[in-house]
Amino acid sequence: MRRGVAGKALRRALAAVFAAIAPFAAEAEPKARSAREFLSLELAAEQADETLNRGMLWVELGERLWKDGSVPSGRSCASCHGQPGGMRGVATRYPAINRETGALVNIEGRINGCRVQHQSLPALAYESEELLALTALVAHQSKGMIMSVAVDGAARGFLEQGRAVYESRQGQLNIACSQCHEQNVGRKLRGDVISSGLGVGYPAYRLTWQGLGSLHRRLKACQQGVRAAEFEPGSTEHLSLELFLAWRARGIPIETPGIRR
Amino acid sequence: MQQRKTSATPRMLGLDRRRLIAAVGGFIATPSIGAAWAEDGGVSGQYQKVRREIAAGREIRIGRVALDIPRLAESGNSVALRVTVASPMTEADHVRAIHILSEKNPVALIARFQFGPRSGRAEAQTNIRLATTQLVHALAETSDGGLWEASTEVVVLLAACLDGS
Amino acid sequence: MRLRRIVMPEIARAGEVIEIRTVILHPMITGHTAAGAGVSGRRIVHTFHVHYDGAEVFRAELGPGIAANPLLTFTTVATRTGDVVFTWMDDTGETAVETRLLTVAPA
Ligand code: HEC
Ligand code: HEC
Repeated sequence: MRRGVAGKALRRALAAVFAAIAPFAAEAEPKARSAREFLSLELAAEQADETLNRGMLWVELGERLWKDGSVPSGRSCASCHGQPGGMRGVATRYPAINRETGALVNIEGRINGCRVQHQSLPALAYESEELLALTALVAHQSKGMIMSVAVDGAARGFLEQGRAVYESRQGQLNIACSQCHEQNVGRKLRGDVISSGLGVGYPAYRLTWQGLGSLHRRLKACQQGVRAAEFEPGSTEHLSLELFLAWRARGIPIETPGIRR
Repeated sequence: MQQRKTSATPRMLGLDRRRLIAAVGGFIATPSIGAAWAEDGGVSGQYQKVRREIAAGREIRIGRVALDIPRLAESGNSVALRVTVASPMTEADHVRAIHILSEKNPVALIARFQFGPRSGRAEAQTNIRLATTQLVHALAETSDGGLWEASTEVVVLLAACLDGS
Repeated sequence: MRLRRIVMPEIARAGEVIEIRTVILHPMITGHTAAGAGVSGRRIVHTFHVHYDGAEVFRAELGPGIAANPLLTFTTVATRTGDVVFTWMDDTGETAVETRLLTVAPA
């Protein structure tokens, strides 16, 4: 029963893919396009209006956690960093190399670094409500600012690793990220429209998730989609991919918290 | 004019046809989508019943109610809905309630909003779930017992998920 | 129901109609497990009401057809300075209450 319905939907989606194939093939590199450009009017309005944006629930939780001094060390994020507004511009530079360890860290990793080193607290689990909230709070401070990650020095190797994953065919279906997110931008796939696959709206409120989720969770969903091996959230593979996506998004403004289908 | 299925298309995608079909299928089978396709049957008996109960024998007139909802919803998980009823909202003449009804959801009554003169306006906004393409109704009850209605058909591209999917 | 968000003006003129927006973190579990297989484990916010200056100014009865993390926007007339009290109730019997002071200046 379900198979039949899904089969019909599949054929419909496929027809849409074929119908949408349009002439731009070997033109100059087109400008990367955020998923925001393909949102319905209603969803775009929700994202733009912070009094409607459901992702702001987590940003507000982040504000509370930021001020919370009831930790063993007695040091809240605010006690070292002041107002969250002091984080303006930070998210445009991440992921970045941690000078001490040489490792690539994203905002999540940076926050957990502070928890462990400066607050004597255990790291927060990836995708936990608290880590999502603090990450959303930090990234939200840079809303409207354009991405500009550094890809020189030690970052270069990670960038190339990310590029390799992005461009190589993977999974049972043997499809590369770029085949969807470069060659088929603007085309329909299963009631969705393929964007350039940037990370500028994350953590984002996704209707399918009925909540906020990290960029790595979204990447996992794409890997599941093509039945590829899934990297773990927070893994070096995902971080390298995140750096590569951030580099592709250079010049594109941050939207956090984005609203997505 | 571009032909629909020229042999060049799959090659432009860099995929063969079989793989592309599988790719689209893979995305459909993503767990977050799951077995979400709702039954596309007729209008539910429950809807008819709830509607009859609200009407309680009274005539339902078209008008006064503005139902603002997209005609095309990308995801049935969350569809923005705003409803407004023209009314002076005085003690003598106000809107008492607005009922939001679905013809094809498992539960017909989506929401019931209650107002009084102190509400200022008979207006509410929320996000609703829609199991499938269907008519959504807003029925307003005024303080003099009158019933007014607006309805909109919403085409749902991706049905609201069932739990566990 | 741990996270709640209320957006409304802090100050209004007497007689002014103000808009209030609320969102609460809640999964709104419908309990529909498979087509026609009935309902089990339903957990939704079924009631929301707002009191201000001695009256209930808005009430919403919600069904499982309301999206997760319910958003509710409505209006009220500013009468006099006082608390606006918001209450959400869900199927487990849990109740969440938020209070906001509305300062009302003479018209
Ligand atoms: C005891 C002081 C201290 C506390 C408490 C603290 N941090 Fe930090 N944080 C630092 C220092 C010092 C740095 C930068 C240097 C370093 O550690 O590499 C930093 C860096 C950061 C950065 C990166 C900033 C940039 O410009 O790249 C972020 C984001 C951050 N912290 C978030 C947080 C959050 C969120 C919390 C609370 C969970 C927190 N920090 C708690 C001291 C602190
Ligand atoms: C079969 C096509 C397909 C492939 C292959 C694919 N994706 Fe996606 N991806 C999608 C669709 C559809 C969406 C949702 C719509 C969109 O693009 O925003 C999406 C969304 C995304 C997003 C979120 C964009 C946003 O702003 O919400 C990112 C990031 C992303 N993909 C990265 C990747 C990466 C990295 C890979 C390779 C590991 C990949 N995708 C492989 C189809 C694909």
